[in-house]
Amino acid sequence: MGDSGTSQIENKHNKLGLSDEQVLNMYRDMLLVRKIDERTWILNRSGKLPFVLSCQGQEAAQIGAAYALDKNKDYLCPYYRDAGVVIVFGMTAKDLMLNSFARAEDPNSGGRQMPGHFGGKKYRILSGSSPVTTQVPHAVGLALAGRLEGKDHVTFVSFGEGSSNQGDFHEGANFAGVHKLPVIFFCENNKYAISVPYSKQVACNSIADRAIGYGFPGISIDGSDVLEVYKVTKEAADRARKGEGPTLIEARCFRYMPHSSDDDDRTYRPEGEVAEEKKQDPIHQFTHYLKEVGVLNEEKEKEILKWVTKEIDEATEYAENAPSPAPEDTLKHIYAE
Amino acid sequence: MTIISYIEAINQAMREEMARDHKVFVLGEDVGLKGGVFKATQGLYEEFGEARVMDTPLAESAIAGVAIGAAAYGLRPIAEIQFADFIMPAVNQIVSEAAKMRYRSNGDWNCPLVIRAPYGGGVHGGLYHSQCVEAMFCNIPGLKVVAPSTPYDAKGLLISAIRDEDPVLFFEHKRCYRFIKGEVPDIEYIVPIGKADVKRKGEDITVITYGLTLHFALQAAEKLEKDGYSAHILDLRTLYPLDKESIVEAARKTGKVLIVHEDNKEGGIGGEVAGIIAEECLYELDAPLKRLCGPDVPATPYNGVMERFFMLNPDKVYKAMAELAAF
Repeated sequence: MGDSGTSQIENKHNKLGLSDEQVLNMYRDMLLVRKIDERTWILNRSGKLPFVLSCQGQEAAQIGAAYALDKNKDYLCPYYRDAGVVIVFGMTAKDLMLNSFARAEDPNSGGRQMPGHFGGKKYRILSGSSPVTTQVPHAVGLALAGRLEGKDHVTFVSFGEGSSNQGDFHEGANFAGVHKLPVIFFCENNKYAISVPYSKQVACNSIADRAIGYGFPGISIDGSDVLEVYKVTKEAADRARKGEGPTLIEARCFRYMPHSSDDDDRTYRPEGEVAEEKKQDPIHQFTHYLKEVGVLNEEKEKEILKWVTKEIDEATEYAENAPSPAPEDTLKHIYAE
Repeated sequence: MTIISYIEAINQAMREEMARDHKVFVLGEDVGLKGGVFKATQGLYEEFGEARVMDTPLAESAIAGVAIGAAAYGLRPIAEIQFADFIMPAVNQIVSEAAKMRYRSNGDWNCPLVIRAPYGGGVHGGLYHSQCVEAMFCNIPGLKVVAPSTPYDAKGLLISAIRDEDPVLFFEHKRCYRFIKGEVPDIEYIVPIGKADVKRKGEDITVITYGLTLHFALQAAEKLEKDGYSAHILDLRTLYPLDKESIVEAARKTGKVLIVHEDNKEGGIGGEVAGIIAEECLYELDAPLKRLCGPDVPATPYNGVMERFFMLNPDKVYKAMAELAAF
């Protein structure tokens, strides 16, 4: 595929070393997490899922960054919206649905944690919690362990702009800066910490500005441009692997949905704001690009959508019918047995 | 057997474990070149190098949090919090993260981490270099809390803590560091976590204690012996989870129980010990259960007169023991 000779715009992905197949996979993954997310809201509103945390509007940032990492050796400390990150590292639609339905088979926590609290040793995704930003020092520790063991893995830790106010962000970033550890600090700035806007969270222009205090580069990028995110994250990963230390990336994103299924964002967001932001929908932008460079056409688009829908249908059906943990499982895994 | 101090025992445990297992490393404030403000890590920097004896930035949450990440990877970090009083910024990492890692991941991840923290008063440390903070960590399933009182236990328990697959909070009484000396085997040994230890056998009253006050109780018992009463003394050693069996056995032994700790009374470990005894063997008691503890004030004052008022000592413990024995 990919008769890019006919395109009207520049082929950016080949220049970045990404094949047509790779960008189509990126597109498929973006669409997959968007559609999984949409499905979970329907399941929530129909009373089948108690709680949903959403990634809609942040897919390009998540997928672009995760594709820039080495999924066979790098470590992730994601935050609760990062369905797009974990799916690239091997989680499936079924895994995410099992997580949403809190089933025994949920690979993240066996039904113990709320949705979006990702973790899985086989994917090198460290289990996360609800107190925000605690994962930042963990990522630094995973990087330190790699250095002590002579490995060249990079750790990727993500968080929202609100989280960048927490002490753990500053303590972790400072530690990594002092010891030049291979950590990518990835802030998905969706402009809201639940209801509190950026202007009431942060006084500097960009989250990336904070990096100067820790002695490593901070870069602010358009988080709706998946190839831009890929490019900058790849550079950060290369630097980290070469021993040149951490990077802070601020991906400027949108949050199309309320904070969670229990939140009503109409009480604090200006009317029309989301509709305006949706004009820059990262998936639409990427679809447009892929069509312009001749990698995607109507037929291929339909084929991918069909695959995505089938994946989600099967995952939903499987997870809905999967058993819950046994009640007594509540007593397991407190200490080593 | 060699006679060494409590702090030498701690130093030996770390040195021997670091030599045995390259995955063991130390991190904390001033632990490297300086060898720690109490010298607990003295000589480790020279022997094992900067990478494995790491001076960290002054930030307790990062010390704990970075150690958690390294432990999750599979290393065996020993994180030092310079004074237990300064552990508060790290509580979120210890309680929300380390203690829950195994449970929340359904047994997928674990956190074999030791956090050492010098605690306790009697060293002119004032409010913020004297506190007993152990009780606040003793209702956190997933965490183990250890507080040895002798060099033998300190070394054996620290080795067990380092080898443990779960996070262990290791409280070292500062007054014991150089004040307490004792015999330690020349060969490798461990002391299991979760087991209390009878430090003195007796028939008339039972004292249940841990840390510095164990030594006060042992001294007081010698005096009480002259009054014609023999004291049975149980050292808890592990504060969470408690060794219920040994507590009940010790209470049954004499039917008169005095619980002693330096930490203030309300909400202290003694309440839980009393609860266990009340549940398991109330009708075998011959006297009301007694607790002798630090007063319920925020912390030990700096002024020497006030500090002495706050702290327990062998005389105070003797009085409480004699009173109970005569009941």
